[in-house]
Amino acid sequence: MHKEANEVLLEIKGLFKKYDDMTVLDDVNLSINKGEVVVILGPSGCGKSTLLRCLNGLEKIQGGDIRYRNKSLVDKDVNWQEIRQHIGMVFQNYELFSHMTVIENILLGPVKVQKRDKNEVMEQANQLLDRVGLLDRKDSYPRQLSGGQKQRIAIVRALCMNPEIMLFDEVTASLDPEMVREVLDVILGLAKQGMTMLIVTHELSFARAVADKIVFIDKGKICEISDPDEFFTHPKTERAQHFLNKFQY
Amino acid sequence: MQNLGINVFLKGRNMIRLFEGLMVTARIALIAIIIGSLLGIVLGVVWTSKSKWIRSVCRIYLEMFRIIPILVWLFIMYFGVTTVLNIDLSGEFVSIIVFTLWGAAEMGDIVRGALESLPKHQIESGKAIGLSFWGLYRYILIPQAVRRMLPGAINLATRMVKTTSLVVLIGVIDVIKVGQQIIETSRIEVPTASFWVYGFLFILYFVICYPLSVLSRRLENKWNG
Amino acid sequence: MNLNWQFIIDSLPLYREAAWTTLKLGFWGILFSLMIGFICSIVLYFKVKVLKTIVHIYIELSRNTPLLIQLFFLYFGLTKVGIALTETACAIIGLSFLGGSYMAEAFRSGFEAVSKTQIESGLSIGLSKTQLVRYVVLPQAFSVSIPSIGANCIFLLKETSIVGAIAVVDLMNVTKDLIGMYYQTLEALLMLVVIYLVMILPLSLILTWLERKVRYAEFGN
Repeated sequence: MHKEANEVLLEIKGLFKKYDDMTVLDDVNLSINKGEVVVILGPSGCGKSTLLRCLNGLEKIQGGDIRYRNKSLVDKDVNWQEIRQHIGMVFQNYELFSHMTVIENILLGPVKVQKRDKNEVMEQANQLLDRVGLLDRKDSYPRQLSGGQKQRIAIVRALCMNPEIMLFDEVTASLDPEMVREVLDVILGLAKQGMTMLIVTHELSFARAVADKIVFIDKGKICEISDPDEFFTHPKTERAQHFLNKFQY
Repeated sequence: MQNLGINVFLKGRNMIRLFEGLMVTARIALIAIIIGSLLGIVLGVVWTSKSKWIRSVCRIYLEMFRIIPILVWLFIMYFGVTTVLNIDLSGEFVSIIVFTLWGAAEMGDIVRGALESLPKHQIESGKAIGLSFWGLYRYILIPQAVRRMLPGAINLATRMVKTTSLVVLIGVIDVIKVGQQIIETSRIEVPTASFWVYGFLFILYFVICYPLSVLSRRLENKWNG
Repeated sequence: MNLNWQFIIDSLPLYREAAWTTLKLGFWGILFSLMIGFICSIVLYFKVKVLKTIVHIYIELSRNTPLLIQLFFLYFGLTKVGIALTETACAIIGLSFLGGSYMAEAFRSGFEAVSKTQIESGLSIGLSKTQLVRYVVLPQAFSVSIPSIGANCIFLLKETSIVGAIAVVDLMNVTKDLIGMYYQTLEALLMLVVIYLVMILPLSLILTWLERKVRYAEFGN
């Protein structure tokens, strides 16, 4: 994939996170350049989802620093509302607002939070919906949509805020197998356009196709950061080797 | 003033009379809760029948109490039934009848809900090992249903205890009536008597109902939480 | 069993007026109950210090004492310590005191039904706390609460039958008077029952319909 100028957007330094007595993330260091697609892999419960949640201010951290455009996000006076407009997030269970139609879901953030002109946002929303092939569902309620459709809408909802970075938290994990593809295609399309993304997933072949960089986490620690081809053919650590073996029949 | 208030209760046999009144209230509540629950269990079992007719009759019976206020039922029994049948019924007897019928209706609904919420395969596996109709109820359905209905049943008992306060309105000499008599007789010596007596009754009902509420909530959390 | 129809027709205006009184009291009682219940549930939802304890105490007191005693205390008790309230005021205060805790419970269960992940989803698009409550939490909580709010409305309307005990000229008092004065017992009772049926049966049917609708329109994702 293409790499633009090595402008660092997000930088994680010595991140430490624990729930009660259990350490979930331990001394995590990672930086994400503009236009880069970083895929985080690792066994279940290794802390990869927690890492994404920290980057969106949904979890408090106990140590280290997270910097967005060189501005620390661990200061007490950090305005998460502002930051979240630049760092979009898509969840495993879609989490569309169940009482709103598709278009209402999409407009809520741009119109109420960003105070943008409704017509302008509507136009953008229509374009995005068209791109994911769901323009005709814009007045549906989430309960009328399939999982794959809901997830594509959730991606549109996040994109419509014009974020600089997108976080994807196991977005295909709740989907029926036949719907995984339609969602991954959307993300692949975004990668081609140069969107900066941080993706947590279990879809290994997708990871290999989309990633500029693979980050392997185990037991809350980053074990290795590699080029995708290198990671899948010659993983540096035994743990990564072990992890990859589990997916082979 | 405070001294005067407390004097109301200490004067003469007032405390004992209040206690006697409370016993009348308690008698009505207890008899109605016990008989009502037993009838309600029978009703609930009948209610689970497959017959549409039986289900409808049960439902209408319950809705009669859900739609018409209990006080209206007390009036119907106390004034109406006595007129039609040309008999004389005491307020206490009428109260017990109305509360029992009401309790049976609500209890029936609780039992029905509990029985119907039991997983079907439990019944099927019971039948599969050759249990009879009674055996099915005795060994499978009732023990499981009890857990599901007990919190609701205790809640119903609390509601019934609270509602016994209405019996004073059809002339039963219950704890409230005794309180009113005490207010009457001490009107001159203790002008604030009604404040103290009604305050006392308020606390009295609370002391009885609160533990029941807590118990119901605890069981609910323990079994269904 | 012959009914005196002329008597029924003659006493219609009395019942109409009493029914009107009942509805008015019910309306205000329900309105204030909703307000009290809403405020209480907000206090509980945001776990506001001190206020939270007060709300808990209020709810327990309200739910574990009979309305009749609450009314007697308000009407007869408070007068003696210098707080004189009209019977209408007492009736409305009593109904609101009782209904507030029931409505609080209805709202609370609605709030609890809003999942944590929906809230996170709201946060992730940058909603502020107030926006989150206004656009996500309240609309979802309300639709979950509607059946229990409806049930509480019926409950409160039925409870208005008790305010006759503090001299409000309601349906119960009119009935009692007619029985006492004219011995037209069956006629008076029949009218009483019919009027309660007319007031509450439609509400009850609407509620059944609503419950079914909410159940089928299950939210979920």
